Amino acid sequence: MFYRENGQFKTSYRADQQIFGITQDRVGVLLLIAFAFVGVPFLADEYMFRAILVPFLILSLAALGVNILVGYCGQISLGSGAFMAVGAYAAFNFFVRVDGMPVVLAILLGGVFSTLVGIFFGVPSLRVKGLYLAVATLAAQFFCDWAFLRIKWFTNDSASGTASVADLQVLGFAITTPLAKYLFCLCFLVVFALLAKNLVRGAIGREWMAIRDMDVAAAVIGIRPMYAKLSAFAVSSFIVGVAGGLWAFVYLGSWEPAAFSVDRSFQLLFMVILGGMGSVMGSFFGAAFIVVLPIAINQFLPVLGHFLGFAVDTATLTHAEFIVFGALIVWFLIVEPHGLARLWSVGKQKMRIWPFPH
Amino acid sequence: MAGMLYSLVALGFVLIYKASGVFNFAQGAMVLFAALAMARFAEWVPLWTGIADNRLVTTSIAFILAGVVMFLVAWTVERLVLRHLVNQEGTTLLMATLGIAYLLDGVGQTIFGSDIYKIDIGMPKEPIMAFESTFPGGILINKEDLIAAVIAAGLVILLTLFFQKTSTGRALRAVADDHQAAQSIGIPLDRIWVVVWCVAGVVALVAGMIWGSKLGVQFTLSTVAMRALPVVILGGLTSVPGAILGGLIIGVGEKLSEVFLGPYVGGGIEIWFAYVLALIVLLFRPQGLFGEKIIDRV
Amino acid sequence: MTIRKLTLAIALVAGAASALVPAASFAQAKEQFFPVLPYRSGAYAPNGVPWANGFVDYLKLINARDGGINGVKLAFEECDTAYATDRGVECYERLKGKASGAIFQPLSTGITFALTEKAPNDKNALITGGYGRSESSDGGVFKWNFPLMGTYWSGADILMQHITAKEGGNLKGKKIALVYHDSPYGKEPIILLQERAKMQGFDLSLLPVTAPGIEQKATWLQIRQNRPDYVLLWGWGVMNSAALKEAVATGYPREKMYGVWWSAGEPDVKDIGEAAKGYSGLVATGEGGAVIEDMKKFVHSKGQGTGPIEEVSTVLYNRGMVSAALGVEAVRRAQERFGKGKVMDGEQIRWGLENLAVDAKRLKALKLDTVMKPISTTCVDHEGSRSARVHTWDGKKWQYASDWIEADTSIIKPLVRQYADKYAAEKKLTRRDAKDCQT
Repeated sequence: MFYRENGQFKTSYRADQQIFGITQDRVGVLLLIAFAFVGVPFLADEYMFRAILVPFLILSLAALGVNILVGYCGQISLGSGAFMAVGAYAAFNFFVRVDGMPVVLAILLGGVFSTLVGIFFGVPSLRVKGLYLAVATLAAQFFCDWAFLRIKWFTNDSASGTASVADLQVLGFAITTPLAKYLFCLCFLVVFALLAKNLVRGAIGREWMAIRDMDVAAAVIGIRPMYAKLSAFAVSSFIVGVAGGLWAFVYLGSWEPAAFSVDRSFQLLFMVILGGMGSVMGSFFGAAFIVVLPIAINQFLPVLGHFLGFAVDTATLTHAEFIVFGALIVWFLIVEPHGLARLWSVGKQKMRIWPFPH
Repeated sequence: MAGMLYSLVALGFVLIYKASGVFNFAQGAMVLFAALAMARFAEWVPLWTGIADNRLVTTSIAFILAGVVMFLVAWTVERLVLRHLVNQEGTTLLMATLGIAYLLDGVGQTIFGSDIYKIDIGMPKEPIMAFESTFPGGILINKEDLIAAVIAAGLVILLTLFFQKTSTGRALRAVADDHQAAQSIGIPLDRIWVVVWCVAGVVALVAGMIWGSKLGVQFTLSTVAMRALPVVILGGLTSVPGAILGGLIIGVGEKLSEVFLGPYVGGGIEIWFAYVLALIVLLFRPQGLFGEKIIDRV
Repeated sequence: MTIRKLTLAIALVAGAASALVPAASFAQAKEQFFPVLPYRSGAYAPNGVPWANGFVDYLKLINARDGGINGVKLAFEECDTAYATDRGVECYERLKGKASGAIFQPLSTGITFALTEKAPNDKNALITGGYGRSESSDGGVFKWNFPLMGTYWSGADILMQHITAKEGGNLKGKKIALVYHDSPYGKEPIILLQERAKMQGFDLSLLPVTAPGIEQKATWLQIRQNRPDYVLLWGWGVMNSAALKEAVATGYPREKMYGVWWSAGEPDVKDIGEAAKGYSGLVATGEGGAVIEDMKKFVHSKGQGTGPIEEVSTVLYNRGMVSAALGVEAVRRAQERFGKGKVMDGEQIRWGLENLAVDAKRLKALKLDTVMKPISTTCVDHEGSRSARVHTWDGKKWQYASDWIEADTSIIKPLVRQYADKYAAEKKLTRRDAKDCQT
């Protein structure tokens, strides 16, 4: 009833090609962004910012990058942690070695380096696919793990191998308070989400999806697989590299290579699977889910144990996280292989015809 | 050599892939689960039954109990997961096994604990020095690794016979080719899958037992599966001899690279060397050394 | 409703309910909050669990036996970090809001690095007893870090002193290999060892082991090739027992292996038993003594023990206990100045940590005289004491093989100064002046 597009006629091609064609959608998204910029700072407390919102923003950016590669282009990649690491360390080196380098530029340059590494490790995708490609990307992961541990130049010759940054400033605003960090990441996310959405709606996005669905047929109709696959790797690695830079600079502050280990790659992949492969919305859902889940288990399980009469110790909580993760992945794949994003779009469909059932 | 141990784990991967077309990311978690079960049962059996003295008997009972546990795992996995994912594409099944891996990790640690546990199957720990007259210092031969190699070889022969000669083996190969076709000629898919995962579970148990007795059973054992992936890729996903040969190549290659190349680049290159080796082979032979050629149909 | 919809509904309700559930435990107004950041899961759990049990048991003991610190009861909450830096940071953020200042002890050098950046802004002190950044013993730069009872440079120095004594004072031309966990923790001693290698003329080879360290065959094959005279082990968790097993498998004499205090605990050698005989390591704590009797009486016999009773008085348990004791003493000292019987905030606790004066008499009163040596901190020295003993595994137990050895400050102090200054320059901090030391 409220969500119908009755009376909304498009009178130009431009209007027809909008991202959010339905006015309600457009208004909704604008309200959401306004709320994120203005409303949340008033409502959230410091813990929410530091522990939930900032990681959520950065990880959803990373999940967006991974989704482009895995969801839109169909190339399974288990090396996303390595690309985050490359972005982080490259940004670190630019920031520390070049005097007066602005933070934003450093992070973007980190993304550029991540792109180069991504294209390099994406070359095997031209020859192998599926599971073999997943293993090939693991090569990238482990190699980068080793490189950042061993090659001292990357960590500015620090004896302990950790890199750290402090005193971030953008145009005179210090990025030290949780609120400032939140807004900084939000800006990055909004810009990149818009860019990503437009990319996947365009010709290149369609090429990616064609490669994903049937790469041989795509090659037959004239889509160049090399260009499509490598561009997917490039764009994905850029976004993931920027996310890595943000993760290191804004969230951790001081990090070692273990922060970007293979567990991080798996975590990003899970976000994409749970959120919905091939969907920009899905990256956000997946990231939100995975960021909130351990905290929810931590809060919820002791209370449940209290009700049922057994004490839950901290080790059990961590194990419970594993169990719930695994169970959820399996459950989602059985019940809704297209993830939370599909549930969302089904919901929207229902809303469009509400109050009628069909 | 460590290569043999990788081969054992790789064997589990290959078995499940050959028989059901699913790449089982949970193999490492299964190795851990099986080893944990056996280690803990070996501790608990004396408490339950009072047979404290005879180590051979307790270990054997623990082995059998662990085998039963793996059968239960196989049955549960088939019932709750695989049955609902029949004929889904490969990536979906892959992700599902990833989820199972996390589940097994968590459940294993909850039931059995996260300490380091011991598996004592009487493997000799001290090395023997051979050929001391010809080479200075002798060549180090690790008795434990030799025995492991013998066990692995025995297992491979058993499995090859199973696949080639028995009707169940043929049915397994049919299922690996095409689920729907196998169903249409009356092969009971669910039972076949239980059998396959069970066999893979037993292989995981043997691998876990040997590896656990060498290194101690703890959570990190599941990361060992990560080391076995390049073996599978190198040898080819569908080939049992490929897994063995791949294991040997990777095992030898890793150690040689670490010992000879390592000092020049600062050390610690073992793990990525194996992957890069596999990657290079993939570029020239995308199906691995012994795998079946991948044919894409449009 | 289909199963699917039903499950979805349940999930939604559970999610909403968890958001409304109040947080687990709260420090009451009159309780001193002690956050505990252990790891009871993951690759390092075998060593993390006894430490955490010792820590929590001591806090319980103070409550049960003494009624708290001058009447202020201790509240504590655990948050499992699994030795991962991001989880450690998340646990820190969650627990710091429960009190207006607390002491954090992350038991992980990696997490310490991350928290060193955050804790000062939140007015939380870090005790990194026996780990953490070695240069943080310079209180002039690191105002909020307290690597009490010895840093890794002190530990490496003590080991080298012991080995030098064994070799009759001369190490020239000898080969020493460091097998280390490839992480900030494992890399810590390298600077000091390189310094000593220059001074004493021995050949140092560095052999990193990729975390978590269960695969060490190649490392030990290299050792077999190079045949170093001594091997120093800087491992943690599963890496320690794996190293010893590989040493057995490659035939390297265990008598020539020396581990740091985190590589010479019971979990590392228990499984190997006889085969690890002769392996030595550092230990910074002494025998359990009187406090263990109290522990059994007041905590374990009442069923309040955090872990099994067999674990009490093991090396890592004692270490955890002592870490908790240092935190408690700091709060007690702060109360002496700022008000007995009151809850201390972050700044006050920090002052207490900086002015610790636990002498032999006080240790005897605390029944800790056999467990630790007297310790006193100052504005510039946040380490307090730097001595340890060497103990050797005889197949069944650890036996002391040396007396207490003090680390040689003449070598360590200049290094600490140099690296602390480097940190200050990087972070654009100024060294604290005398006036600041009085607060």
